[in-house]
Amino acid sequence: MTNNSTTDTSSLPLGEMSEGQRGNLYNYILGIADNSLILGQRLGELCGHGPSLETDIAGTNISLDLFGQVRSYFQYAAQISSDNDATEDTIAFLRIERQYRNVLLVEQPNTDFGYTIVRQFLFDAYHLLFLRELEKSNDETLAAIAKKSIKEVSYHWRFSSDWIRRLGDGTEESHERVQEAVTDLWMYTDELFHQTEADQAMIAEGIGVETSKLKEIYYKMISEVLEEATLEVPEGKYFHKGGKQGIHSEYMGYILSDMQYMQRTYPNMEW
Amino acid sequence: MSEKEVKNLEEIFEARIARDEKIEPKDWMPEKYRKTHIRQISQHAHSEIVGMLPEGNWISRAPSLRRKVALLAKVQDEAGHGLYLYSACETLGISRNELYDQLHTGKAKYSSIFNYPTVTWADMGAIGWLVDGAAIINQVPLCSTSYGPYARAMIRVCKEESFHQRQGFEIMLKLANGTPEQKDMAQDALNRWWWPSLMMLGPTDAESVHTAQSMKWKLKRKTNDELRQQFIDQTVPQADLLGLTIPDPDLKWNEETGHYDFGEIDWDEFWQVVKGYGPSNKKRMKDRVGAWEEGTWVRDAAMAYAEKKEKRKNDIKRAI
Repeated sequence: MTNNSTTDTSSLPLGEMSEGQRGNLYNYILGIADNSLILGQRLGELCGHGPSLETDIAGTNISLDLFGQVRSYFQYAAQISSDNDATEDTIAFLRIERQYRNVLLVEQPNTDFGYTIVRQFLFDAYHLLFLRELEKSNDETLAAIAKKSIKEVSYHWRFSSDWIRRLGDGTEESHERVQEAVTDLWMYTDELFHQTEADQAMIAEGIGVETSKLKEIYYKMISEVLEEATLEVPEGKYFHKGGKQGIHSEYMGYILSDMQYMQRTYPNMEW
Repeated sequence: MSEKEVKNLEEIFEARIARDEKIEPKDWMPEKYRKTHIRQISQHAHSEIVGMLPEGNWISRAPSLRRKVALLAKVQDEAGHGLYLYSACETLGISRNELYDQLHTGKAKYSSIFNYPTVTWADMGAIGWLVDGAAIINQVPLCSTSYGPYARAMIRVCKEESFHQRQGFEIMLKLANGTPEQKDMAQDALNRWWWPSLMMLGPTDAESVHTAQSMKWKLKRKTNDELRQQFIDQTVPQADLLGLTIPDPDLKWNEETGHYDFGEIDWDEFWQVVKGYGPSNKKRMKDRVGAWEEGTWVRDAAMAYAEKKEKRKNDIKRAI
């Protein structure tokens, strides 16, 4: 975490932040929370359909953790929002597709257990490194959410990396299937380290995480597990991006129409 | 063992049950006791697992983050119940794979209620309130049943179920106090789930083939009809509190009996669903079997990996 800023936003009461500062902080929070929201949603789709009861329970548990984190982030974002009527639910459910800031990786479909685990694995490594830095944020609320989430995400990482080892070094079929998923999803990893304007502003304030510094250790962390799992580390040089700017894959519209169904069909009601 | 010796063991066994002693996995038990328990416990475990599907159907569409989290947690609890019930059942000398096989081939049954579709959000409320409510009535007596592992599993299950029931009632309360559309949604869910919930408590005593023996083994403490009456007596005031109408024109308080009288249950519908021809039987089985078959390569990989790991460990030991 670098803190080379002269203004420490976190010490300012929300009311004293400039509109620009509030906007950046708000967008920064969405950038973090939308990843958990969409990945939690994807995992939730699988509930009751896992390859075993134990993996089903674990997948649901991870989804639950992610939604719990989302609630903390969005409750905070609702306080910062310029919209006085904003709540965790309006932020979660009532944005249009272009306003969601999650990376493309987390919206990729549950093609099979291999893809689900690889998506989780590639995200968990990043998520864990990210939270360890966010814990040092100048923003006390974000630091507290990070602190609580690290425990959960450490477990997610252990679960997904253990399964990478099992599938990679299991049978011939599992090796092939998980290798295919690794190769396919690899192109979404680079975007994890991209920075938006809001990200850069928050890094300058000592609130945001300097993600470019995490990149090397991230690839080292996942490569070690892949090698242990007898899997090849892809050499792909071409990557996809866009999610952070709100330009998503074709999957995203369907995720949202599912997720937003009730709020869109029955507006302004309490549940 | 001679016939006389078996008879002697049976007498000791029945006397232990009569004294409310718990029967444990390693104790001698009549074959019929073992089989009846495998049937009932596995049926219960399967119901938990299949029961995840109708509610899982609404996780992706839950109307708020709070509701989504609560629903996920509830369905996860059901998976947990399945897990400890399967474990209790395995103590009777049957493997989890055999139990799954019985479910997937249709040999084993699960609760007929889960063969109804969940078509609106209000169904999440109605299932919690009515289906879990009926389940609790069925299950509380099982906390003191004679087979130790089952009784202990049920103590935990019941605690969580009563939490689920309150959660379901709270969903209904919010809808009933909401907009006219929400109230209609709640009433519609009650209309669809009321009768299947009554059927869920099992056929009438006259039709129930297992009741007498199960009562003796404390696998059942009240008959199906007694449980049904208890459920109705308990639920009608709750519906009044919600301002919803129970879809039974014959429902009436009877001063003399101190219970509600109620209308005729459509047992043809019950048997149709039990025999596999309910609205969602095919889909539920397709989902269960599909998940199992699609997961084969994953389970095989986990086994192969565990074996490799074990072998490597032994190789290292030998080298030292």
